[in-house]
Amino acid sequence: MTAESAGAVSGSKGTIRVLQLYPRDMNIYGDWGNALVLKQRISWHGYTPELLEYNVGDEFPADVDLIVGGGGQDSGQLVIQDDLQSRAGLLKELAEDGAPMLAICGLYQLFGRFFKTHLGTVIPGIGILDVETRGTDERLIGNVKVATEEFGEILGYENHSGQTTLGPGVRPLGTTAKGTGNNSSDGHEGARYKNVVASYLHGSLLPKNPAIADFLIRTAAERKFGTFEPGAPDDRFAVLAREHAARRPR
Amino acid sequence: MLYISVPLGKLVRRVSRLRGGGSALPGLVVEKIDPGFMQRTLATLPHGVAVVSGTNGKTTTTKMVVELLESQGLKVFTNRTGSNFTRGVAAALLGEVDWRGRLRADVAVLELDEAHAVHFVNRVPPRYSLLLNVLRDQLDRFGEIDKTAQLLHHIAAKTTGTVVLNREDPRVARIADTLTGQDVQYFGLDDSLLSTFPNDDDMRAAPGSPAPAALPHKPAADVVLRKVGPDTADFEYDGVTVTTAMKLRGVYNIFNAAAALALARSICGGGAATADHATLLTALSQVEPAFGRGESLTVDGQPLDLVLVKNPSGFRLGLKSFPAAGYATMIAINDNYADGRDMSWLWDVEFDSLRDGGVDQLTGSRAYDMALRLQYDEVRIGAVQPDIAPALAAFIREGSGKPKRIFCTYTAMLAIRRELSKITTVEVVS
Repeated sequence: MTAESAGAVSGSKGTIRVLQLYPRDMNIYGDWGNALVLKQRISWHGYTPELLEYNVGDEFPADVDLIVGGGGQDSGQLVIQDDLQSRAGLLKELAEDGAPMLAICGLYQLFGRFFKTHLGTVIPGIGILDVETRGTDERLIGNVKVATEEFGEILGYENHSGQTTLGPGVRPLGTTAKGTGNNSSDGHEGARYKNVVASYLHGSLLPKNPAIADFLIRTAAERKFGTFEPGAPDDRFAVLAREHAARRPR
Repeated sequence: MLYISVPLGKLVRRVSRLRGGGSALPGLVVEKIDPGFMQRTLATLPHGVAVVSGTNGKTTTTKMVVELLESQGLKVFTNRTGSNFTRGVAAALLGEVDWRGRLRADVAVLELDEAHAVHFVNRVPPRYSLLLNVLRDQLDRFGEIDKTAQLLHHIAAKTTGTVVLNREDPRVARIADTLTGQDVQYFGLDDSLLSTFPNDDDMRAAPGSPAPAALPHKPAADVVLRKVGPDTADFEYDGVTVTTAMKLRGVYNIFNAAAALALARSICGGGAATADHATLLTALSQVEPAFGRGESLTVDGQPLDLVLVKNPSGFRLGLKSFPAAGYATMIAINDNYADGRDMSWLWDVEFDSLRDGGVDQLTGSRAYDMALRLQYDEVRIGAVQPDIAPALAAFIREGSGKPKRIFCTYTAMLAIRRELSKITTVEVVS
């Protein structure tokens, strides 16, 4: 485990500890971007970010305020599988208690009940989310636009062959306006449960969707300090990057 | 059909060239009417076919292998135009064969994209293959890097003679474990240079932690790159280390020179006995970079370097190999099919090295994605202009009197070269 801390900043509104889950094995499509955006925006909001990593076999850090994890190849998922199961109780408890979490692609699948590969092998998930994923031999690839009530329009890029269906215990993150999302039939993308946000979208997700980043940070601050006093990050490039990305082909 | 396919294909080639068309159509025509054309023609070569594949460095490495073999007096057929797919090979062959379909060459050295190489080797099993690396590139096309490694595996398995592997890339080196009939040779790096090649696996590992999944015992390499100087490089082979001048720049280009040397040594019979090393090294020292791969042009009496970046490792190596100090910098990011549509890769590159001087111009269809990326690494941004022509003009105007460097994705590079050809001499690549 390593810690990267901006140190004690005078006038800081407090420290927010962000844990990256399995960055060594699950980081395939710019997942670092999500961690970096959280780190920088926490500091732009006037708080002190502390970035922690949890990899297979590490000791699980205490007092974690926000958890973020990403996609992996099939091989990466196999490597972390047993370790993740051994942390299932802990992570579930945190999620139930309202800890903000972002799970992208591979980790979204493993946060669910199970992943059944297209050869029929069942890989158990940790059951934080009431979702099931089935592997297919069709790969869903391309730019995605999702309409959500909570975060406005979400822009990203999908690349997955697992198809996920939601159970009654979760609600979808949004409805796809371009691209496929969770599966090729119901038009939903991602899942929401308590303060867990799960999505198939890369891009990376948070840079062009700062509303989601700020939701995670606000939730972390409110849980820890009772209130959140936002700063004023400069989002002009994010706005322009969104406008241009929205016009690109699938 | 057999007798008319070549004249017909050549005719289509002439017509499509007159119309300024692409290189693939004549290949398509000959493939349709005479599917055995490529295999039959390449089977006549006395030294057979060598395939060069991998994520990064195919074009420069292929160019080096060709020049090394030519220095040994061999006549080499190659797909020089960057048509690195089967139909492109057929089209290139049409340009080289005579009207009766005979190819006057001793050996073919072909650059093939990983996915297309698989189709190619199923039809034409190569005598040699050189497998460079497996890195994150165009994952939106191939899916996953493990899948890409499988593609290279297949190329090695179809090779009938010698497979040359990168000892330092675990995914490539491991290919040797499953090969049975082939002779395996490696090219490698001195331990002191390993840190200049961050691989995708330790990209996010803790600083100082060992690279995962490295081979427990490194096999001996046929050629090892020992040292890189400002314009020299030290290579070790046959137990001796030699220093040679290099026109190529960038450590990764020079590592590929070790790869090219290893393949050329295999083709020329290997060992000190057959290859003429003095001429091999002279040839190596004179290799110029392939277009857009660290290519240097002259604009307003100042050098302007084009550095092609198409994946995180290539971008990281590019930033490392071409330090920003003293240069005006521009970055051009397009997201056309050939560039890859997913912008996630920009987030796997650290841009801290640009913090001192900043970036003067950002352009391309995803210029604002790049701006956003630099904002999060706290790099100063001069101007953002998605249209390449006005951005390039402003960059040249405002950087007057300074050497310049442009990091660009593939289609952005083509657009930039097109614009530059209006104001300076740019080698025409068909």
